Amino acid sequence: MMDITLRVWRQAGPDVEGGFETYEAKDISPEASFFEMLDEVNESLNDEGVEPIAFDSDCREGICGTCGVMVDGHPHGPQSATASCQLHMRKFSDGDTITIEPWRAVAFPVLRDLIVDRQPFDEIIQAGGFISANIGAAPDSNIILVPQPAAESSMDAASCIGCAACVAACPNSAANLFTGAKIAHLNLLPQGSPERYLRTVAMVETMESFFGSCRNYGECETACPKSISIDVIAWMNRDYVAAQWKNLRKQGQQ
Amino acid sequence: MTTEHNRILDAKIPDGPLEGKWTKRKFDVKLVNPSNRRKYDIIVVGTGLAGAGSAAALGELGYNVKAFTYNDSSRRAHSIAAQGGINATKNYPNDNDSVFRLFYDTVKGGDYRSREANVYRLAEVSDAIIDQTVAQGAPYGREYGGMLDNRSFGGAQVSRTFYARGQTGQQLLLTAYQALARQVGLGTVELFTRTEMVELVMKDGRAVGIVTRDLVTGAIESHSAHAVVLATGGYSNAYFLSTNAMNCNGTAVWRAHRKGALFANPSFTQIHPTCIPASDEHQSKLTLMSESLRNDGRIWVSKTPNDDRAANDIPEDERDYYLERQYPAFGNLVPRDVASRAAMRMVEDDKGVGPLKNGVYLDFADAISRLGRRVIEDRYGNLFEMYERITDENPYEVPMRIYPAPHYTMGGLWVDYNLETTIPGLFASGEANFSDHGANRLGASALMQGVADGYFVLPATISGYLANWLNVDPVPTDDEAFADAEQSVRDQIERLLSTNGTHSVDYFHRRLGKIMIAKCGMSRDREGLEWALEEIPKIKAEFWSDVKVLGTNESLNQSLERAGRVADFFELAELMVRDALQREESCGGHYRVEHQTEDGEAKRDDDNFAYVSAWEWRGEDSPPTLHKEELEFEYVALTQRSYK
Repeated sequence: MMDITLRVWRQAGPDVEGGFETYEAKDISPEASFFEMLDEVNESLNDEGVEPIAFDSDCREGICGTCGVMVDGHPHGPQSATASCQLHMRKFSDGDTITIEPWRAVAFPVLRDLIVDRQPFDEIIQAGGFISANIGAAPDSNIILVPQPAAESSMDAASCIGCAACVAACPNSAANLFTGAKIAHLNLLPQGSPERYLRTVAMVETMESFFGSCRNYGECETACPKSISIDVIAWMNRDYVAAQWKNLRKQGQQ
Repeated sequence: MTTEHNRILDAKIPDGPLEGKWTKRKFDVKLVNPSNRRKYDIIVVGTGLAGAGSAAALGELGYNVKAFTYNDSSRRAHSIAAQGGINATKNYPNDNDSVFRLFYDTVKGGDYRSREANVYRLAEVSDAIIDQTVAQGAPYGREYGGMLDNRSFGGAQVSRTFYARGQTGQQLLLTAYQALARQVGLGTVELFTRTEMVELVMKDGRAVGIVTRDLVTGAIESHSAHAVVLATGGYSNAYFLSTNAMNCNGTAVWRAHRKGALFANPSFTQIHPTCIPASDEHQSKLTLMSESLRNDGRIWVSKTPNDDRAANDIPEDERDYYLERQYPAFGNLVPRDVASRAAMRMVEDDKGVGPLKNGVYLDFADAISRLGRRVIEDRYGNLFEMYERITDENPYEVPMRIYPAPHYTMGGLWVDYNLETTIPGLFASGEANFSDHGANRLGASALMQGVADGYFVLPATISGYLANWLNVDPVPTDDEAFADAEQSVRDQIERLLSTNGTHSVDYFHRRLGKIMIAKCGMSRDREGLEWALEEIPKIKAEFWSDVKVLGTNESLNQSLERAGRVADFFELAELMVRDALQREESCGGHYRVEHQTEDGEAKRDDDNFAYVSAWEWRGEDSPPTLHKEELEFEYVALTQRSYK
C-alpha cells in the first residue's frame, strides 16, 4: 500500500480564480488506477464535507477521450502512449507528491477544477472533418478498393481519441496533431478524396481561429496516448499548400 | 406479489412473408413530403451510435433536430468502446452466409426470446450498414487486394464480422459523429453537449418534450418537439461494476417508464465472458477484452483445484481446455452466456486463476507458435497493450486472465416494429430498446443494431407518427405540462442537496451493485431474488435519508449528477429482480438454477414463457403490472440450443 501527497488544481468555476490544494491519499493499492485513487480521495473529501475534485472521465479504457489531466507537468502522466484513465498507481512510489492540473490552453477555458471546455475541437470537425455521404446513397462497399497500406495508415490516424493532450503539450497550444490526424484519416481514403482540398482548407482555417501555430516542437507526438505520428501534420501542410495553387473552382470544389 | 394484466401489446408487425415485411412497412407507412419536413421538431436524446445516427439521418431528411448528450462532445458515447466488430451478411468469405443465416443465428443466439420480424429486418439491412460506413470513411481491415476482410465471432460458424483493428466501435461512432457534425454545420441539427435529460414531458397521453439540466450551469430547461427519440444505451451500471462507461445510466428510460412506457425483459442482461478480473475492493469499473480474442485464444484452467503453479509451469496434459472439451463444435467460440457460465463454474470449483483466484486463462501460446507473434500483434496488438497496462502482465508470454462481467442489457423500453414505445410520440433506438437480441446478444451485433436503428429503421418509421401532426405546432414550453415537470425536477434536486447525510452516492451504488451481481447476475434462484427484493428498497430508503451530496445545483456538480442516476437505478434494479423472479425458466443470460438441463444448460419453458414481459409502472408504492407480448415463431423451430 502507498501513501501519496496530491497537489490538485481547484477552481470553482470558469470566472473565478483557482489555486492548488494539498490532499493526502492514504493506503492506496498499487493495483488501483490513477482515477480510482482520485475516487478514493473524493470519497474521503465528501465524508469530511469538502466538495469532491471535479474531473472528466467516462470509459476508463483509454478510448473515449473524455479524460485528461496534467500529471507532474506531463499530459496524461508519465507513462507513454497511455491515457490518464489507463495510468496505474504502480507507476508511482510510496511517499510521492503528485501535482495534478487541467489542460492549459487559451482555447480551453477551465469549467471547474480539472475539467476544461474542448468545444473548438468539435468546431474543427464540423468545418470539414467528415465525408459528405448521405445515408442511403452508398455504393457496394467493395466497388471502391482501398489499398491495404492506405487503409492501415488511415486507421493509424483515425485512432485519435480527441482528448486534446496534444494541445496541452504544445508550448504554442497548437492543435495541428488533432486536425492533421482527422485530415489524414479521410484524405488517405479514396472515399475522402472528392472533398480533399476543400476539407483541408476549411479545417485548417477553423483550427487557426482558435489555436496557436505549430513550430514542429514534436511535444504533441510524445504526449499522444495513441502515438499518432507528426507525419500527419506534414501531410496536412502539403495538402493545405496544394489547395492554394490548385484552382479549387476548376476542381469542382468551390 | 405480481399483478398480471394482459393488455394487448400490438407489435404492428406487417403481414406477409418474412422477407417482404420491411419492404411492406416502408411502403405502407405514412410519409412526410420533403418540403413539409422542416415543419417538424424532433428531440434525440443520446448521441452514441443509435442517437447520433438517428439525429444525422433525420437532419439529412430535412427535419429540425435537437440532439442532447451529457458528454462534452458527441464523440464520447460508450459505443466507442466496442472492440471486435460488426456483423453483416455480405458472404465475402464464400462460407455460406445469407440474410436468413444471420437471422437464424441471432434468433437462436437470443435463445428464442426475440421477435422474428425485427431480427430479420436487422439482418436484412446489415449489408447497407457496411456500405454506408465505408462510404463515410470507416477504415475497416482489408485484404491486400483492397477488399474488406472478415473475422469470426461467437455463436456463428461463418466469418461475417467486419472490423477496424480492435477499435470497430470507435471507428463506427466516429463516422456517426462526423455525419452528425456535418448536419450541425449545415444547421439541421442543434447539438446540446453537457446537457442531461432528467424528465420526459407528457400532454394528452403523448410525449411532447423533455426537461434537461445543463451540467455546467445547473440550468433546468424545457424543450418541446413533435416526437422524442431515446437512444440512451443500456443499464448495466445497475451492477456498479460493469464494462459500461462511468456515466452510463438508466435515467432517461426510467423517467419514460415512470410516465407510462412499458419496460421489457429487464432481467435480460448479458454478462460478457472476457473481461479483466477485478483486482481489489476500490475498483471503479471492469474492462472488456474483445470477444474476437477467442478466435485465436484458448481458454483453460488447471485440472487440479487450488493449483498455485504459474500458468507456464502447468504441463499440457494437466490443463483443462473446458470449452473445447464440453462444446467440440463451437469450442472457444460458444455464445457469451454459455462461455460465462462455464467460467463461473470453474471458479466455483476452486479452479480459478490469478492472485484472487477469480479468473480463467485465455492463452495465445498455440496461436503465436502457429502464426507467429507478428500476426497476433497485427490482429490484437492494441488489446494486448491495454491488458498489459492494466495488469502489468505481458500476454505474449503469459496467458491472459479473464472473467465475466456485466456488459450489455438486452432488456429495455418495449417498442413495436416501428421502434415506438407504448407512449405515442416516444421512440427508443439502439440498446435503449429491447427488440432484437432476445435473452442473449451475439458478439458484433450491438454495433449492427445501433447503426441499423439509427440510420435505417427509425428515420423510415417515424414519419408514420409525424404525418398525423402536420401543421400542428409543438406544445409551447410555457405550457403547464412543462412547468410541472420542471418543478418535479427541482424538487428532487432540492431533496438530494438538503438530505446532508453521512455517505457518498458511490457508497450506496456499490452496495446496490453487490446485491445485483450476487443475486441477479450470472445465476439466479428464487431465494436470492426474494431476498434482493426485500433488500433493495431498504438501501433505497437509506439512500434517501442518508446520502451526502455537497455543493449546489447552480454549478458543475458531479455528485449531484450521480445521485439522480443512482436514485433511478434502485427502482430499475428492483424491476430487474422482479422480472427475474417471475420468469420461471432459464433462457440465454437469464439462468435460474431451478431450471437447468441434466448437463447444466439453460432450460427454457416454451409452453409457458415464450413471451416478452412488458412491465407497467404503478407508482412507488404499488407493484408493477405485467403485460405479455406472445412470441410467434413461424420460421425458426424452437429447439434446445446446442453448441456441442
